[in-house]
Amino acid sequence: MMQADVKLDTLGYFCPMPIILTSKKIKELALGQVLEVVSDDEGIKKDMPAWCETTGHQMMGLEEEQAKSGRIYKAFVKKTK
Amino acid sequence: MIATQIEPTVTLAQLQQSKPDRVTIVLLSGDLDKAMAAFIIATGAAAMGMRVTMFFTFWGLNAIRRRGATSSAKDWLRRMFGLLNRGGADTLPLSRFHFGGLGTKMMQTVMKQNRMPGVPELMQTALDLDVRFIACTTTMGLMGITKDTLIDGIDQFAGVTTYLAEAKQGTVNLFI
Repeated sequence: MMQADVKLDTLGYFCPMPIILTSKKIKELALGQVLEVVSDDEGIKKDMPAWCETTGHQMMGLEEEQAKSGRIYKAFVKKTK
Repeated sequence: MIATQIEPTVTLAQLQQSKPDRVTIVLLSGDLDKAMAAFIIATGAAAMGMRVTMFFTFWGLNAIRRRGATSSAKDWLRRMFGLLNRGGADTLPLSRFHFGGLGTKMMQTVMKQNRMPGVPELMQTALDLDVRFIACTTTMGLMGITKDTLIDGIDQFAGVTTYLAEAKQGTVNLFI
């Protein structure tokens, strides 16, 4: 289990909302802090690493969980700039 | 012999920092599905730190017209055209399965149920993320669309040269 400083719930949102909400939320973090983005959109598995690569933030990892409503993805992003 | 080897990834990162990637999108279509695709790409690119400019021309102008906007053109022909071609981001029809409004209504209901943002919401998000909106003056004139009937937040009123000047520097240029 990864530890995050701030958690962002994007459950129920489809692309591009999780990424847009992430780009807004990351501005509130201090350098080095880790943001956990919770999503049920499978696209985030590929989109979050791609977003990190473009913006320069660090993708720490991705966890998958099986919930009642379906699969849930937790992406951990470290603010690096 | 080369004295200093430049690390390519570093120079690329530096280049991107000094000059962010530019995206230009031309929205010609006034269809709900196509406008959605355009705004999703625009907001996604903006969230990735790219500089995005959207050009609205022909039917695409309907997306940035106020709801129910007609025309305040001086001649009756264009006023009539404006009356027949009502604007508004939330009134765009689907390109297929519109079925006189029924199909579009169904799609909008499904989108709402799935918390999917519609064109008006995506457009507001785009504006919040500093996506630049440019309205094509030629087609505005042609279709009797006047400035006062467009939404607030239009950055420029310009033509093809402005578009090409931007597109020339763009790494992603889309025509939708």
